[in-house]
Amino acid sequence: MTSQTLPDRETRSRSRQRLLDWKLLVGVAVVVGLLVLSLYTGVYDVVGAEDGGEMFAITRIPRTVAIMLAGAAMAMSGLVMQLLTQNRFVEPTTTGTTEWAGLGLLAVMLLFPGASISMRMLGAVLAAFVGTMVFFLFLRRVSLRSSLIVPIVGIMLGAVVASVSTFIALQTDTLQNLGVWFAGSFTSVMRGQYEFLWVVAVVAAAVFFVADRFTIAGLGEEVSTNVGLNYHRVVLLGTVLIAIATGVVTVVVGNLPFLGLIVPNVVSMVRGDDLRSNLPWVCLLGIAIVTVCDLVSRTIIAPFEVPVSLILGILGAVVFVALILKQRRRG
Amino acid sequence: MIKLQGVCKSYGDEVTIGPVDLEIPRGGVTALVGPNGAGKSTLLTMMGRLLKPDAGSIEIGGHGVGTTPSKELARVVSILRQENHFITRLTVRQLVGFGRFPHTKGRLKPEDEEHVSRAIDFVDMHGLEHRYLDELSGGQRQRAYVAMVLAQDTEYLLLDEPLNNLDLRHSVQMMKHLKRAADELGRTIVIVVHDINFAGHYADRICAMKDGRIVEFGPADDVMTRDTLTRVFDTPVQMVEGPNGKLAVYY
Amino acid sequence: MAETAQAVDTTRESGPLPSPRARRRYAIVLASLIVLAVVFGAGLLVWDNPVPFGTAGFWKVAELRGTSIIVMGVVAVCQATATVSFQTVTNNRIVTPSIMGFESLYVAVQTSSVYFLGAAGILAVQGRIQFVLQIALMVGFSLLLYGWLLSGRFGSIHVMLLIGIVIGGGLGSVSAFMQRLLTPSEFDVLTARLFGNVSNANPDDLPVAIPLCIAAAALLWLRSRRLNVVALGRNVSTALGIRHRSEVMITLLLVSVLMAVSTALVGPMTFLGFLVATLAYQFADTYDHKRIFPIAVLIGFVVLAGSYFIMRHVFYAQGVVSIIIELIGGSVFLIVILRKGRL
Repeated sequence: MTSQTLPDRETRSRSRQRLLDWKLLVGVAVVVGLLVLSLYTGVYDVVGAEDGGEMFAITRIPRTVAIMLAGAAMAMSGLVMQLLTQNRFVEPTTTGTTEWAGLGLLAVMLLFPGASISMRMLGAVLAAFVGTMVFFLFLRRVSLRSSLIVPIVGIMLGAVVASVSTFIALQTDTLQNLGVWFAGSFTSVMRGQYEFLWVVAVVAAAVFFVADRFTIAGLGEEVSTNVGLNYHRVVLLGTVLIAIATGVVTVVVGNLPFLGLIVPNVVSMVRGDDLRSNLPWVCLLGIAIVTVCDLVSRTIIAPFEVPVSLILGILGAVVFVALILKQRRRG
Repeated sequence: MIKLQGVCKSYGDEVTIGPVDLEIPRGGVTALVGPNGAGKSTLLTMMGRLLKPDAGSIEIGGHGVGTTPSKELARVVSILRQENHFITRLTVRQLVGFGRFPHTKGRLKPEDEEHVSRAIDFVDMHGLEHRYLDELSGGQRQRAYVAMVLAQDTEYLLLDEPLNNLDLRHSVQMMKHLKRAADELGRTIVIVVHDINFAGHYADRICAMKDGRIVEFGPADDVMTRDTLTRVFDTPVQMVEGPNGKLAVYY
Repeated sequence: MAETAQAVDTTRESGPLPSPRARRRYAIVLASLIVLAVVFGAGLLVWDNPVPFGTAGFWKVAELRGTSIIVMGVVAVCQATATVSFQTVTNNRIVTPSIMGFESLYVAVQTSSVYFLGAAGILAVQGRIQFVLQIALMVGFSLLLYGWLLSGRFGSIHVMLLIGIVIGGGLGSVSAFMQRLLTPSEFDVLTARLFGNVSNANPDDLPVAIPLCIAAAALLWLRSRRLNVVALGRNVSTALGIRHRSEVMITLLLVSVLMAVSTALVGPMTFLGFLVATLAYQFADTYDHKRIFPIAVLIGFVVLAGSYFIMRHVFYAQGVVSIIIELIGGSVFLIVILRKGRL
């Protein structure tokens, strides 16, 4: 696997912090505040207008719930990938997983033009699973001298997959639509379309239960076997969780670049590397960042909207660069 | 002569090396010993100008490391690090041929080929010289790297743990080779070794390091004492008289 | 450990092609590639020429086609030389220089021209001055990147690579956003420029492109011996007296000139360089850049000319040539990363 492990990410059970403390409560309160703000932000006056209540239920609530679920799920899958690979720079955007999910979605849409949303999800999830497996396979087969190689290869892998998608789209005259499908945006989220996102809540819950095992699996097959853990099963489980989260979010919302990278890194920078007590923070911060980005995307050129993936992409790139530069100072 | 004056290097906030003042005279084998993390490899790497010291000056054979152009220095001193990995596929002989680069700039003349052959024979690899490096065992590869450094034909050789990956037989052979290179070819060799008895038997001088500083430097016999070794390694060490000289026993 | 002297069929020499067999093999590979290059080149020139042979019209058509062959040559030289050198100085055989922001910059320039000026904007970025400006922009961008990330105490090639890629990705998402807001007809105009295509090249640009390409490639070729040593990594090459960092900087500067010329001329070709370089290492089977470069350039030309020839005359679908090359290059990339190795 990677040559540079991150020993400080190991859980230290003795110094384990309490899961619930006042800081977490403050965090929850802030996020709830943001979500309420999100509920009441928009062109349509949901308070004053006659059918305000109905619009509120059709669009605002679904949108806010979608933000919550997608934010938490992508942040969690970033964390799982980082645990499994013991590499801080890995997340669905830097491993090609997102591109694979997009390819799967595209394939279903073209092969079965009338496909239901659940079929499209199945396609995206399956492709994301294959893609993540390819990446893990690559990591296991090569020994790397630098942890930075991993995201470089991952992004190139993503470029390969994206070029396949582009080729198919070009041949079927759907190139411009492709951009619309993949750009993450909560604009079109409304009642009757977003409910599938609840699936990813299961993913987030599952991560809470098995996070420690991912850490051990990240130390390699030999270490895992040594402590009596079925390595392959854990990696498979992790890949399935990542694939479900990425696939579902890609279909319902679109691409949320770099979210899984920023959140776990920022949390561990602020709080240190206690995995278990960090988990709720990862969820909260994921939700908070997506909410803020979505609020910005809704208001910056109101009454129009910018896709949230654009805001997140730029913010993510800046944070990513900052992280790399920070790591290089440590040598 | 290798001369270090006030050489310092710090990593992060915790690890610091130096200030080191050291004068290694010409000729012979000098062994750098000490516990893990004492700074042996770092010091060697700085001597070989692969790492820049934060402060202080290093001079090798009258050439200031860091002030002399690198290509001139490459004809005076050669250095071999522990980890070597090449993306290109090379045969042993091609690799050793690269050792001639400082003299030839890549164009091998017949006399360079002779240098190469001699270096290969010196480490006993004549039969393997057309094999590719990735087909060799770790020990064979290690010997090929040493042959490359020998072919560079410099007066000063700096080797970071040349016994790495070598079994008992090849370790002994390697040390004998190096000793011979020092004695017969008049080279000045500085090596980092872990086995204190190898150092005691084959090295002319031992430089013991601990916590980034030099605690003892002198003829091997002077450093190979119970008190010094116990102090350097923080482990009780007994000295016994072996068939070929003093042996350190630490178990 | 069997170390018995095995029968060696050579006298003791250490050159890049140590045995007569290796030399013969190299000569055969080189000759076959030249033959293939000539065949495909000539095929593209004269095959299926609608005008009868020997007439003035025939030569007119051949001349038009000749321009595209010259373009292929320029692209082959640029991509092959740049990728091989880039992989050598980064000590990594699975990266390509094209992902380092050149293509994102190109796409951003093309997209914003259409976005701000409408469908006519695509013409506004054509012309010799614009061509030179685009090259200058790309080279300037990479110089900034190298200067910032390779110098100083913490200079690191991996950091430079990754940041280049991420900045490219950031630019890409801005372009993607602008593309979304285009009308379908504007988007159609833009699409043609977003994929590498030999017919994108403007013959007026060749007088600028050819000298730049030849100069940069020649300089790299003259540095072959140093590159051979740089390929051994920072430590070994420093120990052998190479000033590693400045060597890397010079090489990367030349690489960026080559990549900028190729991208500004025909558009993005992400995996062509990767494909060509990977094949070249296999075919040339030597460490010597002096011998790898010609093989790589020839393979580049054969791949380009061959696929245009086949797609034009066998499948009648020359529009997708570059995408086919990309797909093949991408698959080779997949195969290469899934083979066991060290990076």
